[in-house]
Amino acid sequence: MTTTRRSLLQASLALPAAAMLPRAAGAAAPFNVGFVYVAPIGDAGWTFQHELGRKALVAALGDSVKTSFVENVPEEGADAERVIRKLATDGNGLIFTTSFGFMEPTLKVAKQFPKVKFEHCTGYKRAANLATYSARFYEGRYLTGLIAGRMTKSNVIGYVAAFPIPEVVQGINAVLLAARTVNPNVTIKVVFVSSWFDPGKERAAADTLISQGADVVMHHTDSSAVVQGAEEKGVWSFGYDSDMLRFGPKTNLTSVTMHWGDYYIERTKAAIAGTWKSGDVWGGLKTGMVKLGPLNAAVPDAVKAEVAAVQAKIEAGTLVPFAGPIKDQKGAMKVAAGKSLSDGEILGMDWFAEGVQGKLG
Amino acid sequence: MHETEILLAVVVATLRAATPLMIAGFGELIAERSGVLNLGVEGMMLMGASVGFIGTVATGSPILGFVAAMLAGAALALVFGVLTLSLMANQVATGLALTIFGVGFSALVGVGWIGTPLQGIATDIWPGLSKASPMVQQLMLLDPVVWLAILLPFIAQRFIYRTRAGLILRAVGESHDVAHALGYSVLRIRYLAVLFGGAMSGLAGAYLSLAYTPMWSDNMVAGRGWIALALVVFSTWKPLWLAIGSLLFGFVTIAQFQAEALGLDVSPHLLAMLPYLATIVVLVLISRDATRLKLNAPAALGRPFHATA
Repeated sequence: MTTTRRSLLQASLALPAAAMLPRAAGAAAPFNVGFVYVAPIGDAGWTFQHELGRKALVAALGDSVKTSFVENVPEEGADAERVIRKLATDGNGLIFTTSFGFMEPTLKVAKQFPKVKFEHCTGYKRAANLATYSARFYEGRYLTGLIAGRMTKSNVIGYVAAFPIPEVVQGINAVLLAARTVNPNVTIKVVFVSSWFDPGKERAAADTLISQGADVVMHHTDSSAVVQGAEEKGVWSFGYDSDMLRFGPKTNLTSVTMHWGDYYIERTKAAIAGTWKSGDVWGGLKTGMVKLGPLNAAVPDAVKAEVAAVQAKIEAGTLVPFAGPIKDQKGAMKVAAGKSLSDGEILGMDWFAEGVQGKLG
Repeated sequence: MHETEILLAVVVATLRAATPLMIAGFGELIAERSGVLNLGVEGMMLMGASVGFIGTVATGSPILGFVAAMLAGAALALVFGVLTLSLMANQVATGLALTIFGVGFSALVGVGWIGTPLQGIATDIWPGLSKASPMVQQLMLLDPVVWLAILLPFIAQRFIYRTRAGLILRAVGESHDVAHALGYSVLRIRYLAVLFGGAMSGLAGAYLSLAYTPMWSDNMVAGRGWIALALVVFSTWKPLWLAIGSLLFGFVTIAQFQAEALGLDVSPHLLAMLPYLATIVVLVLISRDATRLKLNAPAALGRPFHATA
């Protein structure tokens, strides 16, 4: 069932209160799962990947689930809370809210509906019926850093970033650390565009980085403008969220992509079986939540093999991206040799590694 | 050599960033000179961006795409005109509604086109360019819309201050009653100005979706319509000042990226404020002179006209 915010509102006016009655315990009744998306689905990007997850859930569980989603729900204002509450009163047994900004409204509604299970993506506030989940995007970033280190000739990687927050900083540091394992001369130039989505600015920032010698560019923003700009200028690029090869068939080396389907299937099955428990899942390459998209034919076979080997090590836990020795920009030792960062330290990362040119705050 | 290359990149990027502001701002300037304040620039730009993109992909011709975008912008402006000029609705409220409508409607129209790849428009429009030095080439390899934007302020300056039509436009904007008494059709002139403004907004939006970042995505204008509106006031309704304002805003945006990429030790938060800060500072400096502001501001701006005689 596809529902836009508006039609959902209309439905709420038109439908009698029947939808609010407790579901009959009949075996034939499907289990209802609701999804809240922050952006329009489109056909690439963060929300699109969650939609793929929902579709995977439908494909796997068939008639035993009935899903509905509401797209383009703003994080600001009262809209999110209203939408989430509506999904809860509509008889959904499990509701996924898929953006950081939905944290407070999800928590509030979860308290009001103790029998409904909630899952919030990238948040950190939990309750007995509110779980959180996210992925170690930086593990995918680490693999792209490896490729970038091998492919760059100018030894300058350009990075178009949205805001100086830990999730973004993790990705930048991961790329630098990986690139330096194969090419110690690599530096990263970071430009913050102060927006998650402004194709014009993202493109201008990419052009700027290229004009200053970057021959590999990547982005932590939501449009494909950087990949397109790189294709036009003939420099390598990496995409994010979704596979972006079609925006840069010649120069897009690969993308860090996110996959939520398996998680949605597992959690829905648990909810149906009554074994669902609140908790926090931080997936990664190992769980398949983060994957590399298809590699461009321009990536040499030797590099492909190297990437596969490193990926296997990360999955096996024998290689940790944020393992010491790591120095920060001022040369101070942040992670001593033989040590590695804890999850808490990674989640609060507020420093750039040595070799990153950019300023936080 | 490296410095000149970066300088050149800054010049090119500044011109490209300023182009949509200049074109949309110029259209709004003409509308405001006729006494109509249309706050719907952002919405009209978005309509131009989505319709221009769809037109180009569907026909394969960017020229048809630009034409379609201008028609789309003008169509939205026509709605505004009927509401504010014929039905005398409040211009500020109607303009805001127009923007909200444009944001939603452009998203609806463009829903099947998100993520469609598109080649940018051709830039090698000068014959014999391949013989020129690489630096000249880089500068000359700007798309035709940028060249249009560079010419616009001079055309506008001449039109507004040196032609009869420009004089009539200003007369209507200064005092519609007097213009009416002289026998000019105030409504017809204001309709034309508003439609022209809509067409220019459409063109500016299509520049974003066809040339600046060849793609369509919801809300891709990302506030540039509001910047263009502010620049019109900043320029005290003078086309050459509008050009300078647009270039300044574009330049500070690009310079901010260059400064970050060069590794200057400045906070990114501070840098992100700079384009707005610089524009506000210049605005304040300009508006210090109250008489000059009064001289240039169209006296009948935002006031509805009702022919009483």
